[in-house]
Amino acid sequence: MSMLHIAVLACCALMAKSVFADTLDGGSIARQGNGHGVAPCMACHAADGGGQVAAGFPRLAGLPQAYLRKQLDDFAQGARVNATMQPVASGLSDAERDAVAAYYSKLPVPQAKPAATLSSDDAQLAQSLATRGRWPNGLPACEQCHGPGGVGVGDHFPPLAGQSAVYLGNQLHAWQQGARRNDPLQLMQTVANKLSDADIAAISAWYAAQPATLTKESQP
Amino acid sequence: MTRWRWIWLAASLALAACHPAEQQAALPASHAPAAASSVPKTASRFEPPPDASMPKDDFGKQVLLGRQIFTDTGHYAKSYVGNALNCENCHLDAGRLAHSAPMWGAYPMYPAYRSKNHHVNTFAERLQGCFRYSMNGKAPPLGDDVLVALEAYAYWMSKGEPIGVAPPGHGYAKLPRPAQAPDYARGEAVFKRDCALCHGDNGQGQRVADRTVFPPLWGAQSFNWGAGMERLDNAAGFIKANMPFGRGNTLSDQDAWDVAYFMNAHERPQDPRFDGSVMKTRKAYHDTPDSLYGTTVNGSVLGQGAE
Repeated sequence: MSMLHIAVLACCALMAKSVFADTLDGGSIARQGNGHGVAPCMACHAADGGGQVAAGFPRLAGLPQAYLRKQLDDFAQGARVNATMQPVASGLSDAERDAVAAYYSKLPVPQAKPAATLSSDDAQLAQSLATRGRWPNGLPACEQCHGPGGVGVGDHFPPLAGQSAVYLGNQLHAWQQGARRNDPLQLMQTVANKLSDADIAAISAWYAAQPATLTKESQP
Repeated sequence: MTRWRWIWLAASLALAACHPAEQQAALPASHAPAAASSVPKTASRFEPPPDASMPKDDFGKQVLLGRQIFTDTGHYAKSYVGNALNCENCHLDAGRLAHSAPMWGAYPMYPAYRSKNHHVNTFAERLQGCFRYSMNGKAPPLGDDVLVALEAYAYWMSKGEPIGVAPPGHGYAKLPRPAQAPDYARGEAVFKRDCALCHGDNGQGQRVADRTVFPPLWGAQSFNWGAGMERLDNAAGFIKANMPFGRGNTLSDQDAWDVAYFMNAHERPQDPRFDGSVMKTRKAYHDTPDSLYGTTVNGSVLGQGAE
């Protein structure tokens, strides 16, 4: 084999490696981890990206790509505090974070798991907070930012509908306590501080039970 | 292009050349959260009745329809709406919130003489104006269900209020005049910092499932040049008291004036009273420092309309 052959082969190998790096497979990280110590996402977030409702591991499937990417950055940098996610996010390279965020954003939203039923008082409280807010206290309705039915709006306002109630409650408490402070313009910290424990319990359970996508009937 | 436009264009270019600083990026005038001095908290503010107390009879049905029109105007008053706005975009909490032009602040004040159209207006006529200007649509005819329902809603909400007395919290917050004249570049910096997240980089707003979540602030889908929110004082007062959502009274007064100026220095649908001349229309309907209609900003004469 001539030196030329060796050089060509070496170039091919390098190119193949760089092509592989550019087209990282978010799905394989989700299923198998990244091969450098980061555990598979699906271990907690489930194979379909639906999360684990009871454990409070959130659904990732169908969330906005930019939102997912930002959360990974914020976990790594500590603006969002979580003992499990901090090492995971820190262990992913920039390109891997992009790939994982892209992968989950494109997954179809799984069928909602059966959610606990609310008392009619709680349901009424939750629906009122979700659709009307409590403006005399300066509290906007959830759907004024998270969209009709809480299905999410754009890159910055993730879906609430069909999300784990435990997760939603944990986040609202984390904002109240300042453990989570990565919300743009401190919108959620402000809102969470206007909610009581009873409000949080009701609104979390209520949104968990809402359909994750708008059905024809629920649209006006 | 008409001869007038050419003359204006030439004049604007000349002016723009004299003020190159206007084009430069600027920082907001103040980063410090402002004391909410200009928006007094009123102890004895009128409390509108809770929604749950809405009557269930035939009158109540009209009241409920009024509230539905308020929150989903494009659906419940479709034939009279020409943009993507809902009443509640500017009248927060479905027309109930103080300092956000609540219905209980307006209803007891009509009939009233209005310099806007030089005659005594009934409340229904006032509502027609909302559709013509703020909704960039057409006025529902007097007696139309849409007007009846909205009037029923406002009447129900105002129960127990004195007639002819402007209640505290009516209209929009009145801010003191700013220390520095409102400025486009500073306003743009405030907009990028505090507004674009929801309203979009170009003020276009955001929609989901065919419903407006964050309203467009200018352009073809926003209020037209005849609307009250076109006035800098109204816009600054609304913004100061209510923006960003849930964080009202955190902008400085200067920021509120600057960003109001920035918003209203963009094109929007033409004033329906336009008679072919921006300058004549300005003189007839916008002859105040609080209107940018017919003025030159960044080299363009505002008031061309947006389609």
